[in-house]
Amino acid sequence: MSLAENSPARATATPETVDADEARRQRAARIERIAKWTLPVIIMALSIFGWGWVVTANEIPHYILPGPDRVWASLTGDWGMLIEAAYLTGWITLLALILAVIGGAGLAILFNQSKMLELSFYPYAVILQVTPVVSIAPLIFIYVDSKVAGMLLCAWIVAFFPVLSSTTLGLNSVDHNLRDLFRIYGATRWQKLRYLQLPSALPYFLGGLKIAGGLSLIGAVVAELVAGTGGIGSGLAFRIQEAGYRLNIARMFAALAMVAAMGVFIFAALSILSHLLLRKWHESALTREH
Amino acid sequence: MAVRHSDTLPLGQRPPLLRLSHVDKVFSGDVVALKDMNLTVNQGDFISLLGPSGCGKSTALRIISDLMHPTRGKVEWEGDHGRGDLGVVFQEPTLMPWATVAQNVWLPFRLAGKSYAEVKDDVLEVLRLVGLEKFLNSYPRELSGGMKMRVSIARAIVTNPRLILMDEPFAALDEITRHKLNNDLLELKAKIGCTVIFVTHSVFESVFLSDRIVVMAARPGRVMAELKVDTPYPRGEDFRTSPEYAAHAREASAALKEAMGEPA
Repeated sequence: MSLAENSPARATATPETVDADEARRQRAARIERIAKWTLPVIIMALSIFGWGWVVTANEIPHYILPGPDRVWASLTGDWGMLIEAAYLTGWITLLALILAVIGGAGLAILFNQSKMLELSFYPYAVILQVTPVVSIAPLIFIYVDSKVAGMLLCAWIVAFFPVLSSTTLGLNSVDHNLRDLFRIYGATRWQKLRYLQLPSALPYFLGGLKIAGGLSLIGAVVAELVAGTGGIGSGLAFRIQEAGYRLNIARMFAALAMVAAMGVFIFAALSILSHLLLRKWHESALTREH
Repeated sequence: MAVRHSDTLPLGQRPPLLRLSHVDKVFSGDVVALKDMNLTVNQGDFISLLGPSGCGKSTALRIISDLMHPTRGKVEWEGDHGRGDLGVVFQEPTLMPWATVAQNVWLPFRLAGKSYAEVKDDVLEVLRLVGLEKFLNSYPRELSGGMKMRVSIARAIVTNPRLILMDEPFAALDEITRHKLNNDLLELKAKIGCTVIFVTHSVFESVFLSDRIVVMAARPGRVMAELKVDTPYPRGEDFRTSPEYAAHAREASAALKEAMGEPA
């Protein structure tokens, strides 16, 4: 049995085979590759410049709107305080995300294994999710003494649901024929979960994880705003609030920039993780040539 | 050699393997998917179930593979029948995309609690039989449709099953690949002497591959006729162009037309 005739063909482009269409396509791809990075940078430079110009031209006082130079000065000048705050917020976010993964994926597996459990508790998971965390947070801090535990609980409530719902979807999205095949070969419930359902659910889980990453940061920030972080040091959200009371608008912007940077960092880190785990087999990690 | 070879006796002398007697399957109380199906499968048979969609071909396979129980009637195996005695090939290759070719073929053994090291030789041997030994560590998405189907066939034969069920396995492939896989399937059958039930809606495929053609009709799904194709294996390219082949194809077409209620 020879396979040459039905192995996937991979055309190699030699200079002679590049016609006008192909050259145009390559040029367009090259331009897009460069533009993908340069355009956002240019837009950012322009807006910072525009912002600075508006502030100087209209002589806006810095306690209303500071120029980019002042925000930069605050960012570098208060760096020690800000990085400490970022460390605290980041720590809460990370812990909440880890708990969201354990709780969300664990519940999804439990629900998947027992229909009765799912029927009993899924509605409450939904209720917990749709009730705004801002409105639950004050109550939480009445009953939970430890600030850290309270903050974690707030962040967890917002972050676990996307992990739960996407993992549940993934565990149920097993190829029907594969499921039959496992039955025919007499797979145990555990084998089915381990070798079939969990790998099938992985792409869904990672999708939920990306959302949960952003949400746990939101949860941590909200919890800080509600609780204040007196006693355990101050997080970024607390710094923003505090700077607002002092009319130190530049520092508000600086802290806000750090929160945004943290969100971007979490998203990027989870995207890389997802790519690494799926690149070998999943369609989403496939790079098409045309 | 890990993969067992058994010689195929001529039609009429083969010992029975599986008997379906008076099998009915009724869905949700009133949809009759299968009515009074009687079929004896003998060791070494290559049976095609030929019929229009809705004739209960797939229901019959699901009942044989114990994924579904008959509403009435019996399915009886000759001798012991357990896990690994049945190989299945679906219309889709049905491979685990996250696992390599070797891991996919290992699956039936893995589910029986055998480590890869224990069965490595068997896995390599069936992959050689389907011509994919070089693609051991490839992932399914790197393979063409025909190659994926070969992996699926390798997985079905790796446990030396007593019976292989194939549910329109080549229906989604292009004509050229299908042609090639039909030839290779017969070559494989000649090498290991397996027993096959092959579901198809192609008259030509059924005549080329099988020695027994069971023609089925729809609504309710039932067996209408059984034809024998007594041309001995191996059947090669010359069989496709022989007058014998044409005669069998005409006969099967007529039976199928009749089963579908059209004038022959």
